[in-house]
Amino acid sequence: MATVVKIVNRPAGWKRRSYLWGTMQGLGVTFGHLMRNWPRNLLGRRAQSDIVTLAYPEEKRPYPPRNRGLHRLMKRADGQVRCVACMMCPTACPAHCISIVPEESEDPRIEKRPRVFQIDELRCVVCGLCVEACPCDAIRMDTGIHAPPSTRRADAILDKEELLSRGELSVAVQAGEGLFWRERK
Amino acid sequence: MSGQFFWYGQPGFVVAAALSKILVFVVLFALGLASLLTWLERRQSAMMQDRLGPNRANLGRWRAWGILHFVADALKMMFKEDFIPPKANRFLFALAPILALAPPLIVLAIIPFGAPLCWGQMQETVPLGTCVRPVDLQIARLDVGVLFYFAFASLSIYGATLAGWASYNKWALMGGMRAASQMISYEVTMGMTVLAMFISYGTLEPGAMVAQQGPAPWQWGIVRGVPHFIAFFLFLTAAMVETKRTPFDVPEGESEIVGYFVEYSGLRFGMFYLGEFLEVVGSSALMVTIFLGGWQIWGASLLPNWAHVLVSMLVWGAKVFLFCVLQLLVRWTLPRFRADQLMRLGWQRLLPVSIANVVLAACWQMWIH
Ligand code: SF4
Ligand code: SF4
Repeated sequence: MATVVKIVNRPAGWKRRSYLWGTMQGLGVTFGHLMRNWPRNLLGRRAQSDIVTLAYPEEKRPYPPRNRGLHRLMKRADGQVRCVACMMCPTACPAHCISIVPEESEDPRIEKRPRVFQIDELRCVVCGLCVEACPCDAIRMDTGIHAPPSTRRADAILDKEELLSRGELSVAVQAGEGLFWRERK
Repeated sequence: MSGQFFWYGQPGFVVAAALSKILVFVVLFALGLASLLTWLERRQSAMMQDRLGPNRANLGRWRAWGILHFVADALKMMFKEDFIPPKANRFLFALAPILALAPPLIVLAIIPFGAPLCWGQMQETVPLGTCVRPVDLQIARLDVGVLFYFAFASLSIYGATLAGWASYNKWALMGGMRAASQMISYEVTMGMTVLAMFISYGTLEPGAMVAQQGPAPWQWGIVRGVPHFIAFFLFLTAAMVETKRTPFDVPEGESEIVGYFVEYSGLRFGMFYLGEFLEVVGSSALMVTIFLGGWQIWGASLLPNWAHVLVSMLVWGAKVFLFCVLQLLVRWTLPRFRADQLMRLGWQRLLPVSIANVVLAACWQMWIH
């Protein structure tokens, strides 16, 4: 390897070479920060100081609204699960962590619904592709909750009841024409 | 007869006075301030860098901005493994931290830390120098005072060098050698600057130096004349080099060789750490004594003696504290010098300037003063 020698000449003139003025300037900058931050912090007015640190467990930085949190399953107007077990989300999921067992719905207007709907939160990479894939706004990741810690792996697998417990009514009208489109035909 | 043993001037009185002075000054003030500085350094640097710093250590609800971090640190160091490298020289390895911690404590003996207490007349107003039975607030009143300081401060070189030597580690050895060269070089400058002040004071006894400076800022040593003003900055620089802290932490050099105490852990490392901060306190105390009027405060001599003593001690403590804060400010502002730059600064810049300053001080004393 060729050795590269870089020669850095010292600055010309005794004023710059003594570094006295530079030292004074530097001390001024740090002292300025000290005086802006310390008294305000002592008086409990940290907001007016330059300090950017958050005292974490007591203060939390709010998540952006598009943060992907724990999954939830949405509900229909009558409280039934909105999912039609179309298997789009397990197909899209890169981590293969959604398992769905479909069944026939008792409701004559609805063809299919999931009997089992499980998400393994340990395998989930929080990519949000399941939400993108869902044609009927049945699965969402807008809860803002982290996947809760658990001591057993089985506890990290969320089932249908758990996912539905956070569910709400979607503003989107199912199948584009509303819940009772068959009757209206 | 036995009661007279503790009367003023009797052996019992002298011993009791010395012990209580050591308790108040060394144990409570110096060690307390040095431990506080270990926390203050992190907190102040955080404030200078727009961070929060350590603020968590608490005693239940009592948090007080995390002041108790130094207690937590001490506990942590006590319970850490005390590792000694297998090939280290065990005797020297154990001796080095003691040699690093003891000298900064010993040199405090010559520092006057308050107005003389007037035994038996504590309720009255006693003008300075008229007291019949004074008790100096100074552990040892030595005519060679400042020389005693330098003699013992230079002993702490052995602490650093022996630590590097005994560790059987190349980096530590390099750090120890650098420490020796750095501290010996700058002691010359330090001695020269004190010589300039000695010409002006005519004494090396710190108590007498303080007495010669008045209570008002324009009577302090630093404004006695141009050479004294220059001497202050030379001394400040040299004293900060002696403490081996950034920007002069060449022996330590965290980012290159980690330094002479790289093999030390637990309480032994804690002794180096505390010794470093004690050096900061000690050098601040010496600078306050020589240049900034020591414990003198305007108007306090009109108070009754006990109040005068109390106020002068507080003022002295405040001055030393501000000096420590200044040293921390410098430490967190400037980057480290390279070893050769440090030597160039010492031998080619500061030493000639300080020798010229001695000549200037002599001329000043002859013709102007
Ligand atoms: S977020 Fe991604 S990985 Fe997680 S379940 Fe949905 S598709 Fe699968
Ligand atoms: S994509 Fe939507 S509707 Fe289809 S199975 Fe998944 S959650 Fe149910």
